[in-house]
Order: sequence, then structure tokens, then C-alpha cells
Amino acid sequence: MLKLVINRLVQAIVVVFALVSFTFFAVRLIPGNPFVNEKAIPEHILEQTQAAYGLDGNWITQFGIYWKNVLVEGDLGPSLSLYGRTVTGIISESFPVSLMLGLLALVMGVGVGLPLGALAALRRNGIIDYASMIVAMAGICVPSFVLGPLFQMYLARNIDWLSVAGWERPSDIILPAMALGTGVAAYVARLTRGGMLEILSQDYIRTARAKGVPPLTIVVRHALRGAVLPAVTYLGPAFAAIITGSFVIETIFQVPGMGQHFVTAVTSQDYFLLQGLVMFYGLLMAAANLSVDIALAALNPRLRAKS
Amino acid sequence: MAVAEPHVPTRAAGAAAEVEQGTSLWQDAWLRLRHNKLAMASLVAVLLILATCFVVPLFIDLDPNAQRLDNKFAGPSAEHWLGTDQLGRDLLHRIIEGGQISLLVAFFATFLTGIIGILYGGISGYVGGKLDSVMMRIVDGLLAMPFLIIVILFRELIKVPVEKLSDWLIADVGLSTDLVLRFGNIAPLIVAIAAFGWLTMARIVRTQSASLVELEYIEAARSLGIGHARILLRHILPNALGPIIIYATLTVPSFILYEATLSFLGLGIEPPHASWGSLIKEGANFLETRPALILIPGLVFSGTLFALNFLGDGLRDALDPKSSKD
Repeated sequence: MLKLVINRLVQAIVVVFALVSFTFFAVRLIPGNPFVNEKAIPEHILEQTQAAYGLDGNWITQFGIYWKNVLVEGDLGPSLSLYGRTVTGIISESFPVSLMLGLLALVMGVGVGLPLGALAALRRNGIIDYASMIVAMAGICVPSFVLGPLFQMYLARNIDWLSVAGWERPSDIILPAMALGTGVAAYVARLTRGGMLEILSQDYIRTARAKGVPPLTIVVRHALRGAVLPAVTYLGPAFAAIITGSFVIETIFQVPGMGQHFVTAVTSQDYFLLQGLVMFYGLLMAAANLSVDIALAALNPRLRAKS
Repeated sequence: MAVAEPHVPTRAAGAAAEVEQGTSLWQDAWLRLRHNKLAMASLVAVLLILATCFVVPLFIDLDPNAQRLDNKFAGPSAEHWLGTDQLGRDLLHRIIEGGQISLLVAFFATFLTGIIGILYGGISGYVGGKLDSVMMRIVDGLLAMPFLIIVILFRELIKVPVEKLSDWLIADVGLSTDLVLRFGNIAPLIVAIAAFGWLTMARIVRTQSASLVELEYIEAARSLGIGHARILLRHILPNALGPIIIYATLTVPSFILYEATLSFLGLGIEPPHASWGSLIKEGANFLETRPALILIPGLVFSGTLFALNFLGDGLRDALDPKSSKD
């Protein structure tokens, strides 16, 4: 177990370092620079601006200074597009918003998907099964950027306490979280159904049945634990999907989270903000994958024995 | 998905094709697929969509960018079957052009990921040992990165080189401007998606190739002095084709989704050209006044994903009955 954790941590560090380095050189290789917009800037002013942000040396020097600042001082640098703000400040302000939204979406997704999938498996080939699998397929095929506007159009306009967009009232989190969580719910439902069907055909379930264990106890005590394994494995990718989805959803619902900062950082070539966000997303992904691995080992004794 | 397979002798998938009864693996699979109504309906739907996007334009004059400002937000009419958008452009024509772009991006990217994944995974599994574990470590590392973020960065990075290449192709090679610009618009997206989309394919092929390489017939081939490349391409690859096809079919809808997400964010197809994603994005601006502008592209888009996913599920059940979840 400890070996697994250490292995994963080393891998995560290598991956995040590679990812941020790739970002570092990629944004600088892209033509144009963060200070040029519609207005032409005189050459000497541009040079002075670049010098002020430490962007005047060669890239290797800049690269060294960047990592030294990050690792030694924990300084991710200034934002180049949001004047006067630091990357650390932007992330610490917007991350709680995205985290809340993403967690609620994840909870909704698992909370709806798990029972739906289990129910579908228990009523195999029945109406509930077909209905829930069609709903699940719809959740996969109707992406969040179609769902979001639909929710705005049909829910927000008809229900007083839901707003079309914005982030002022506590209820403002509901629609974006629903739009973000639907896809997760759909995948979780499909995977749980598959896992449940497989477990229910196992010998130990038949033994339990033969011994006269009540059906509900069989499902809850004996089957569910094994049946959720595929869905738990999916939680890593689900986390990535929620990050990606947040780019779209935060734009649609005007949520002041990290996702929309990422999109503007790309379009405005905000070097430091982009590097900082990529680093943060990379670490988040690594943490999510590690938690999933640990959860899997905890749920699956066979996996524990192996490692 | 339910598979009916009453008259079909079930045989382990992936087994050698020619067996005594004379029905090949592929004939078996086709029989099974034909009994799957949902998959067949999806196949018909996919063919219809492909025909509408790629055959119909040969016969009508596709004019997706013609603006008629005196005819904005028009409802359906004999001239404009699905009405017009905020600039008076014909919605049907834009959906057809959008479909061409969305589908071409997804198909080309899938094709490229197939080639890279087959070569990488095939070699990794075939050679085995140290090389194998290093190659798979690299795949694991790349898989742990947030996919769409790298695709976005990579697309930005190759946009300008592709533009330069386009200029060169027009000016010095003398290719048709229209063709080059059309392709130059989608090429960065295709390359960016394919550059990081082959990882799962490589793992699937690697698993296949690593287990096939242990079998006697490969040993026999080797003792006959057949070269590595030929063994890989002629004897291993064909037997790994089932899982490859299944995964490729399911890759197409997910790439369509990636393309649409990028275009929705304004990081994909650039105007005036449209893909389904950018049509949905534009439509979202007129949610209140003309919901049809988002509903119709959204419906076409989701319908296509539905059909492709059901077809992929059906193919999986048909080619690999053992893995069926039903």
C-alpha cells in the first residue's frame, strides 16, 4: 500500500513537472505576446513591460527563475492579463468556487447514478432497466453545453428561486451542478449496472440466496460493495471530466471559478496564470487518481493482497 | 444491449478466422449485429447522417456563409427548410457544413490514433521486456494528464505552423485555395486531438499483442524465418482487429464531443466556418428569441452521438459476445 502511494507520488511529480514545462515553452512559442492587443504599443514600452515582469532574459533563464520562485518561495508569479493580481491570489479566490461546484456535481452524479444503475440491474430487462439505460445514454450524448442552456431556458425562467446565471444566491449553484453532474450520473449508472450484473451471477451470491438471506440484505451487504468497483474506478476520469466541464459550465452560468480563468488565460496568453493553473489542475488530477487507487484497494481485498 | 444469437454458433472471439463450418468471425459478428435492432437502427441513422453531410452537398449548392440581412431569424420555409440564423444564413446548410467538419475531425483523428496506437501498442507488446515497461510507463504518465488541457495548448502551438504550411501549399505547390483553407482550418484540431488521443488505443493493442505473441503459431512463423515487421502486421494485427474496431467506433463519438467542446469555448473551428459545437455556442446567444437555433443543432449533435454509441455497443456485443454486459 505504502509502496503504491510512493510510486504514485513520484509519478505525479514527474508528470506535473513535464506538464508545466511543456506549458511554459508552448505559450512562449505561440506567436504574439500577452501585452499586444488591438492597440500597437511602442517598442521601448513593450521592452520595459517585459523587463518588469522578468520576461526579457532567454527562456532557459526564465525557466530556472520560474521554478526557483515556485519551489523556494511558493510564488506562482503575477497575472499578465488581470492587472495587479497574483496567480496565487486568483487561484485561492476561484478554487473554492470551482471545488464547491465540482463536489456537488460529483455528489449528484454518484447519488443519482449509483441507485439508478443498481436498480436497473436488479430489474434486468424490465421497464425500469430500459428506461434508466436510455436516460443514462441521454446523459452521455447530451453534453453539458447543450444541457446548460436548456436548463436556463426551461428551469431558470419558470422557477423563481433559480437564476439564469450568476453567483450571488446559494441556490445559484444548483443548475450548473446539475448540468455538470448529469454526464457523471450517466456513466456511473451504466458502470454500476454492469458491475451489479456481474456480481449477481457469482457463486457466493447464489450461496447466500440458497441460505435464505433476504434479497435486500444480499444486495446491500454482499453485492453492492463489489458492484461499485467499476464506478469507483471511473471516478478518476470523472474528476477530469468535471474539470473540463467546468470550462464550459462556468462560462455559460457566469460562475467565478477557475475554469473560466483557464479559458481566458489561453486566449490572452497569460503565461504565469496558465502555468499556475496547469500545475494546479495537474496536482488535482494526481490527488484524485491517488484517492481512487486507495479507495479501490480499500474496497477490494484482492487488490490489497497483491500490493 | 440485448443480443439475440439463436442460430449462431458462439465461438471465442479473437480465435482464428477460418474454421471448418466456413463462417468467419466477421460473418458471425454480422449475423449477431443483424439481430440487434437498436444497433441496426443506429447503423441506418449513421449512414443517413453521413449521406446528408457528404453526398447531398454534391447535388445541391451548399452556401452556409451567405448572409441575407433582410431575412434574419426566419422560420422554416420552402427556401430555408430549417429557417435562418442571426445573419440570415441558412441553418440547414450550416448544420450540413458543421457536420462535415465535426465528422471529418473525428474520423481523421480516430484514424490517426488508430495508426499510432496500433504501431506503439503492437511494438510494445511484441517486443516485451524492458522496452515494453518503459513504453507503457510513458503512456501511463500521459494518461494521468488532463487530456483536454494539453489538446488546447497543443492546438494553439501548431496553429501558426499549419497556417504557414497552408500558405506554402497554395503559393508554391499550387493546390486549390479552397481545399487547403478548408483543411487548414481543421488540421490543427485533428493533429492536437490525435497527438494525445492514441494512449488508450495503444494500451488495448498492447494487451492483445502481448498475449498473441505467446501463441504457437507466432513461434512457428518465427521459426520459418519470417521478419518481425511481417509477423506483427500479418499475423498479430489481424487477430487483434476486433478490439481495435470496437474501441475505434466508440472513439469517434468521444472525439466529436471533444471537438464540439473546444469549438464551444472558441478554441476550435474559427468563424465563419461552423462545426456543430460552434453552432450550439452561437445558438445559445439567442436562447430567448430563437430557441430553434440551439435546439436543432443540439438535437442533430446528440442524435449522432446516440447512434454512434449504440452502434459501438452493438459492435462490441457482436464481435466479443463474452464481454457483453447483458
